[in-house]
Parts: sequence; C-alpha cells; structure tokens
Amino acid sequence: MRNLKMKKEFKVIADLLSNNTRVLDVGCGDGSLMSLLKKEKNIEVRGLELSQENVQQCIHKGLPVIQGNAETELHQFPDQSFDYVVLSQTLQAFYEPEKVLKDLLRIGKSVIVSIPNFGYWKVRTKLLFFGKMPVTKTLPNTWYNTPNLHMCTIKDLFNFCDEKNINIKKVVGVNEDKTSLIYKNNLEIKNLFSKLGIFLIG
Amino acid sequence: MPSLAGLFFWMNVKIENIKKLNVIKSLKLDCGKTISNFPLAYETYGTLNQNKDNAILVFHALTGDQFVTGTNPITKKEGWWITAVGPDKAIDTNKYFVICANVIGGCMGSLGPKNINPETKVPYGLDFPVITIKDMIRAQESLLEHLGIKKLLCATGGSMGGMQLLQFCTTFPDKTFSAVPIACSSSHSAQNIALNELARQAIMADPVWDNGKYVLKDAQPKNGLAVARMVGHISYLSEKGMQEKFGRKLQEKADYEFSFNADFQVESYLRHQGYAFTERFDANSILYITRAMDYFDLSKQFKGGLIEAFKNQKTKFLIISFSSDWLYTTKENKDIVIALNASGADVSYSEIITDKGHDSFLLNEPEFLKTLKSFIDSMYEKFKNEKRI
Repeated sequence: MRNLKMKKEFKVIADLLSNNTRVLDVGCGDGSLMSLLKKEKNIEVRGLELSQENVQQCIHKGLPVIQGNAETELHQFPDQSFDYVVLSQTLQAFYEPEKVLKDLLRIGKSVIVSIPNFGYWKVRTKLLFFGKMPVTKTLPNTWYNTPNLHMCTIKDLFNFCDEKNINIKKVVGVNEDKTSLIYKNNLEIKNLFSKLGIFLIG
Repeated sequence: MPSLAGLFFWMNVKIENIKKLNVIKSLKLDCGKTISNFPLAYETYGTLNQNKDNAILVFHALTGDQFVTGTNPITKKEGWWITAVGPDKAIDTNKYFVICANVIGGCMGSLGPKNINPETKVPYGLDFPVITIKDMIRAQESLLEHLGIKKLLCATGGSMGGMQLLQFCTTFPDKTFSAVPIACSSSHSAQNIALNELARQAIMADPVWDNGKYVLKDAQPKNGLAVARMVGHISYLSEKGMQEKFGRKLQEKADYEFSFNADFQVESYLRHQGYAFTERFDANSILYITRAMDYFDLSKQFKGGLIEAFKNQKTKFLIISFSSDWLYTTKENKDIVIALNASGADVSYSEIITDKGHDSFLLNEPEFLKTLKSFIDSMYEKFKNEKRI
C-alpha cells in the first residue's frame, strides 16, 4: 500500500518531527519513511509491520523492524517509550481504530496520524452523482475488497479528538504538492479540498 | 561394520586430529566446581580479515558440534548448518570468518563426560560436573581471546544455540555487534523439560547405561539413546509436516505385517534416525546437555527479570521464529522481543511461516535464509562504518 502513497506525505511528516528523536513507525511498509527520517533528521527509528516481504525489505536496509499486527501487538511497547508514533493511512483499516489510537497515545509522547480524506470533493461528487462507492487515487479499492473498514473525513477525526479530549497540536491538509494548515475556522473548506489529512496529536 | 568398541577407538583417534584449544585458565562452574586446563574443540571457516571485523560466532544446538558446514571429518556427513553457512550461502564464508566451538559437556573433542577424569584416571561418566548454558559460553569466550577477536560482527544460533547466544549477550554485553537468536526461548518451559526428561529416562532405563559407567567398558546404551533421539525427532517436526511427509505410508510393503516390525514409514524413519545417532553421540553427553538446557532461565539470573537482563544492551538483535515450531514457540520468541523492546534495545523480529516445525532453521527455508542474509550483510556495513568512526 505504501508505494501508492504520496511522497509529499512523508515530507510533511518529516517536517513535523524534531531531529534526534525516537520514532515508532506503525505499519512501516518497506521502510521508506524510516529511511528518510534516519537520513534527514538523525531520528532513531523502529518499525512495526505485518507483511513478511516488507519486513525483509526493512531488514535489508538495516532498519529495525518487528513483524506483527498493530491491532493486537502494540501492548509490547512500554508507556511513553517513543517521542513520536507515526501511523500513516492505516487508522481506517483497523477493527477498533479508537483502541489503537489510545494505544498509540500511550506509547508516544506525540502521535502523527494521517488519513485519506473521505470528505475530499471528488469522493463526495462520485457518491453524489454516480451513486457508487468512490474509487480514487488515494482510495484505489472497490467496496468489496477495500481494507478500509472505518473511512472518515478530516472533520470526523477533528471532532473525534475534540470529543475524546485529545489535544490537537497541528493538522496539515495535503492536496497533490500543496499543503495547508487546518484550523477550526477553515475546517469546512479544507475538508473539501484536501486529499489527505495529517494530524499531530497528544 | 566395526564393533562398537572399535568404532569408539576409531572416533577417539580421529578426534585427536581436530582443532582444539587447551583452556588453561580455570573456570568456576555454576555448580561450584572448577575446571581448568581443559580442551575446547572448535572449527573455523573463511578468513579473518585484517580489521578483524568479519567474525561470526555460531553456537550449536543440543546434538550439534563445531562442524557447521562442509564435511564433518568424523562422521563424514554434511555439516549440520550447510544450508546457511558456506561460500555464497546466507552466512557467506567468502566474506565472513565463521567460528564454532563444541560445547563443554559435549562429545566432539571438548571436555565432556567421556573424557578422562584427571583425579581418577578413568572417564568421568557421572562424576562429570553438572554444567549450565552460562558455563558453556564462558568456556567459549576463551576461544575468542585465543583468536584475538575483541568484538564479533555477529553471533547466532538456533534452539540451544539461541539460548547460548542470549546468555552470551547478557554475560558479555560488549562482545558482539549484532545477534540473531533463532527458534529459542529465554527459559525452558515445562513442556521442554518434560521432553528432555523423557530422553534422559530412556537412556537411564537402558541396563547398559549402568549409572553412566558404560564409559569404563567402551559400551554405549544404544537402545536408550536411540529412543531419546526419537523423542527429539518428533519434537522437531510439526503435526502437519509429519503428516505430509509420512502420512500412513507403509515401509516397502503392500500391507500390514501383523507384527511389531516397522510397518509404517514414520516408524522406520524414527528407528533409523535413533540408531544412526548412537554412532556419533555419547549418551551421558545427552544427559548433561539437556540438564543445562532445563536449568536455563535468563530472568532468574537477573532480579528484575528479563527486562533487567537486557538493560543497556548495545547489541542489535534479530529474533526469528517459525510458525509451526511447537518446541520453542513464536510466543516464547516474542517474549524475548517484548523484553528487548521494553529495555529499549535495537531489536527486529520476523516470524517465518512454514510447516516444517522446529527443524526449519536447519532446512532450506528460502524466506528464513534471505532474512538472515539481509540482516548480517546490513550489519556488516554498519559495523565497518562504526569502526571507521
């Protein structure tokens, strides 16, 4: 999945992180983000990844990675043991995203969560005009084979954090190569024009 | 076929010709006794480079020995880890210098119950002191000193080899840059102890064993030792793997014989493996080595448990387990990963999906070998860079 993701996303995530910190990348894929963080920001990275092939890729690159399922195996990481925990475009694929998010906030002093935005205008118009579940670049699967069980919009996650008293430090909207900061007062418009939302919380 | 006494004589003659280090300094064993001036048999493969940064130490499992690859000069069979170690293999001997020593308590040239007790001038038998995994690795440290290696690039081992490795990393935290414990555990489970006890009881029930005194008569409790080995073989396979390999297939016959001969292929396999083993392994060594495994409990040595054991570890770990291994399960391996994580160590973990059970680490498992190779090669680059700085 990771190779379909926008490179821009990784750059935004890297910019949100401070140098020389400890970062856990949950669902780290082939280790592209970990490599970037290590090289550019001298960050001590760790990965958690489900697929054997991706684990192998990370090991090949000399990146420490643990094979396991984030849904069931986050308990192994001690409280506040990382400066940041990154979860890139996977939150919507968990059975219990709320539980996972809670665990991430326990492990990391801060958490970065990115989500494909279901509120993006193209997604909305596809559903509105064609009456079909939207298939787009960021959401390439059809309804019956999508791993995304809990699709949400930037607004949804924003409201969720508010409801659960999770501190929102920064939200970045991404559309192709453009990025913009999202606040409560521009939420409606950004929710319509961002393909991706990147939240720094905790 | 030479007589058993003749075979042992021949084996002893051969054993005189293998590489041995005479460890002069005394070693106080966990049981309280002290050994000194004892032989430690070893073998090396490849060449140690000038910077001495390409050395890999391999720890062998229960019935292994120092002959990791190539042809074992004593048994004339292939080395036990020929699938992973050798020229162009996962642990490439064109590139790396591979070292393996026979554990003390063993029977391939290192001090063991078969050796002459200097006090009584006859073989030790059960007068041999009970040894532990820690004693084994402390004896092997002398070999690194002898070879002039201050820090290994990597140390690895499966099963009991992995247990030795965990002990090695906690006892000597600065001796290896990286470590790959494979299919092992940080302490022997009740099931592991029970299976070992079954093996020991089989040996002890053989009248030839005679409280270990068979060594004085140049005999070997073959029947007991063969059963002990059969127990082992069953535990190294998985239910599915065994079913696929043997099923209910009959051994070179069309129908049941209505006898107790080996009708089934699986019986024939076990009998063959069991008796072949008696020609290369000493029964008392099995007692001593299985005991050492049973006593192994890393957390017991460190008051704070396993997390405390791995405190301040600088070694970079890769733990590997096999999905169908029921002897040293994925869970047991993961517990090591969790403890390493909790202590902040640099740890990777991979579970290889296979039907081949505990034995997988000795077999040609492409995903496993690829992972092993990737890790060691990437560690070599890091180690070289670190040394340069």
